[in-house]
Amino acid sequence: MTEIVDILLSASFWAAILRIASPLIFATMGELICERAGVLNLGIEGIMVAGAFAGWMAVYAGAPLWVGVAAAMCAGMGFGAMHALLTVPFGLSQHVVGLGITMLATAAAYYAYRLALPEVTNPPRITPFQPLHIPVLSDISWLGQALFSQTALTWAGFATCGITAFVLSRTPLGLAVRAAGENPQAVEAQGLSVGAIRMGAVIVGSGLMAVGGAFLTMSAFSSFFFEMVNGRGWICIALVVFGTWKPGKALLGALLFAGFDALQIRLQQTGLGQIVPYQVFLMIPYLLSILALVLMSRRAEVPAALMTPFNRGDR
Amino acid sequence: MRLEPIAAPGPMRRIGLPALALAATVVVACALSALAGANPARTLGLMITGAFGSKFALLETLNRATPLIFTGLAIAVAFKAKLWNIGAEAQLYAGALLTVLIGTQLGLPGPLAIPLMALGAIAAGALVLLGPALLKTRLGVDEVVTTLLLNFVMALFISYLLEGPLKDPMGMGWPKSPSIPRDARLPRIVDGLRLHWGFALALLCAAGVWVIQTRTTLGYEIRATGQNPEAARFAGIPVTRVIVKTALLSGGLAALAGFSEVAGLEGNLTTDLSASFGYTGIVVAMLALLHPLGVVVSALFVAGIFVGADSMSRAAEVPTYIADILLATALLFMVLAILLTKFRVVRG
Repeated sequence: MTEIVDILLSASFWAAILRIASPLIFATMGELICERAGVLNLGIEGIMVAGAFAGWMAVYAGAPLWVGVAAAMCAGMGFGAMHALLTVPFGLSQHVVGLGITMLATAAAYYAYRLALPEVTNPPRITPFQPLHIPVLSDISWLGQALFSQTALTWAGFATCGITAFVLSRTPLGLAVRAAGENPQAVEAQGLSVGAIRMGAVIVGSGLMAVGGAFLTMSAFSSFFFEMVNGRGWICIALVVFGTWKPGKALLGALLFAGFDALQIRLQQTGLGQIVPYQVFLMIPYLLSILALVLMSRRAEVPAALMTPFNRGDR
Repeated sequence: MRLEPIAAPGPMRRIGLPALALAATVVVACALSALAGANPARTLGLMITGAFGSKFALLETLNRATPLIFTGLAIAVAFKAKLWNIGAEAQLYAGALLTVLIGTQLGLPGPLAIPLMALGAIAAGALVLLGPALLKTRLGVDEVVTTLLLNFVMALFISYLLEGPLKDPMGMGWPKSPSIPRDARLPRIVDGLRLHWGFALALLCAAGVWVIQTRTTLGYEIRATGQNPEAARFAGIPVTRVIVKTALLSGGLAALAGFSEVAGLEGNLTTDLSASFGYTGIVVAMLALLHPLGVVVSALFVAGIFVGADSMSRAAEVPTYIADILLATALLFMVLAILLTKFRVVRG
């Protein structure tokens, strides 16, 4: 027990929570925007891989870090545009197209990596984002290390959540996006195009997912590995449900999830890790996500038109 | 733009558009190989001869197609009922695990062990999908995410077993299970040719699923549930029970892929037994338009792409990941082509 208390009191534990949560926050906001507009985006896992690769590759080729983030975003928006085109105007199955986009984006990233670096055994490194020193706050003795030793990309993630929440709930654009996911007929009655709103939401959301992936290669680690996204995209889909499609609650979910993840990593180093095999610890994040889905299933407030294609003129 | 149904699509549309989708995939293949600095025609040629060009190549393709027929059938059965089983990978490993357990721990003679391994595998796979299916029918939990996440849980569970209780003491430290005895392996169909009875079993299953879908009440109920669950329920079809039965069937079929790989090919269980057969099964099923006999053809096509790409990349400087890209593009082009056989795009 004292070991757990020690972990909870260490500043590095709290810093790790924010770090682990960052990619999830970006990608969860991206998925949330898609789903609020009525489109389930199962391309998320692959788009995160593509973002992780594109951002890293741009920086490896000599671009500044923020240009790398932009490159990741563009890659994500590209795959998002494909997803949007197939699921919105053509109304194809969002399950099938999403899984197809995940396969395509993942394979494309791996193919491009192999083309760019045919014969490397040790993945080359870039100089990633460094922790941002915030005057005064970062210098507070324990708190500074725990909460204020993050990279700019982490703060951008929190800002993204705030902006998403604001735009969705306080602006006409957000109202249009939400209405496209709840009652598309009403949107058309207002003279707006459901198709355009949904496509825009999917493209923007996919861009955010890719930035989430890029966080892995440009802030959390400094190299691109195969299978580095490792199911994070699917976890984000669970987080959207857990957050009942609300940005604030989803952010809370991501932090809670990251807390458990940071805890299990540290518990592996303790006496408990001697008894319990490490695979059990690694299962915890996935099992927690399933548990979250089960717990929230009763009060899920699913957007009414989620996964329902809209074809103008249909009744 | 909007879509307008076509009352009676002509043969040009119904055959021409899917053919166009395949042609577009070939164009993508050429572009990818040009991108890699290779001659597209040579790359394609190497892929085709590598997959179908010799007896050895053909047998390799048939072997690779075997698990894909099982997983493709598993997906086809489930998707027909709109049960989104993305967890065939986990079900496959559950089947492989039971196969190894029964084959190595019970010490049964071969003729008894083989059917028992298959039944154990089916039960394990069915059980793995039963959880998400019950969560879906009882609590309304989305099965896409639960089945996806279970793939990761199962992979870790297998990894634990192979490094712990199920580790082969003679395995030189590698995380692999002990091998099942020779007489409990699936024999080869023709002596001396590397093709085992798992392939024949896969064909049998395809025929079996076809019979279930077209000739039985359950098949009718699955179709009705998939097309419109509300209407099916109104017509007196026990939708919940149909979904659970579908899940058992689908999980069992996916598990047979694990059984066939272990008992027919590898003899033991490792963490890389499946080269994403569970996920690739989705492409196989979709390319077959969820038709069980079509699954056999599309599994051969997909296996050909993988075997061909493996063989090609040894001779040309094109990464094997080209196969995965081609599969994904074939899938996306094909679903679009099939849609356009039934609808026309009009302005407004």
